[in-house]
Amino acid sequence: MTPISYYLALSAILFAVGVAGVLIRRNVIVMFLAIELMLNAVNLALVALGRRIGSMDGQVIVFFVMTVAAAEAAVGLAIIISIFRNRGTVNADELNLLRW
Amino acid sequence: MPIGIFMFLAALAIIAGFGVIMQRNPVHCVLALALVLMDLGVLFMGLDAVTLGFLQIIVYVGAIMVLFLFVIWLLNVQADPGLGRHLALKLFGSIGAAALAAEFAAIIVQAPKLSDLRPLPPDFGTVAALARSLFSDYLVAFEVTSILLLAAIVGAIALARKTSPALALVTPAPARDASALAPTGDAAAQRKSA
Repeated sequence: MTPISYYLALSAILFAVGVAGVLIRRNVIVMFLAIELMLNAVNLALVALGRRIGSMDGQVIVFFVMTVAAAEAAVGLAIIISIFRNRGTVNADELNLLRW
Repeated sequence: MPIGIFMFLAALAIIAGFGVIMQRNPVHCVLALALVLMDLGVLFMGLDAVTLGFLQIIVYVGAIMVLFLFVIWLLNVQADPGLGRHLALKLFGSIGAAALAAEFAAIIVQAPKLSDLRPLPPDFGTVAALARSLFSDYLVAFEVTSILLLAAIVGAIALARKTSPALALVTPAPARDASALAPTGDAAAQRKSA
């Protein structure tokens, strides 16, 4: 059997990769994908710890996280479409309308 | 799950995870993330969360990733023109992420080993057990989630409409410059390529 610590280590690595993606990429859609990567890394930690204590609560929380991620993706992509129609770009550096 | 299979899946997830943030073409990023998500679904099944593993593949890969793909194709997003630009940003971003990874490593090394697993009830991870939790302990959260999904549907349609009333409120017409007058993304994309 694989120790639960290995799952937590994999979760931590994937989360760090997602953080790096948000920090270094300027394409809004790719930043969004990196956020989804971070959400799934946390989901893996929740399922692993729920398996460790033998409780269904971790899986229920992951279920809710998946639902919220679906809603977030729908609204976020609608906002990106709307921004693209108005500004003609999805580059985060060129979306500087609110900069002083 | 045997440790050999776990190591294979973990290596695949990490490689594909780096693919998500390092591919130039956004479509390739989406495909790499779909690979990560299917990989994690298999890991969920290995952790006795079989229902959640299948839900992960159906909902995430089947619905959310396809939504991302459609949006990328709708917007006609091109590949990132220069990987050599923003070098300072990439340097400091990488340093920040590496610091975070080092912090995680320190926590995991110092934490006690979690190897002993509790014995599981026979229906652990089945649809029935998940539904029993959802409709008893988490009933209020479940209903709130359904309202959230309804609000997200309405909000997404209202935001992505071609003549969005919400956008008409925040961006009055005289303030727009010439490049913002095109009503559709297609027209904007054609003008950019011209």
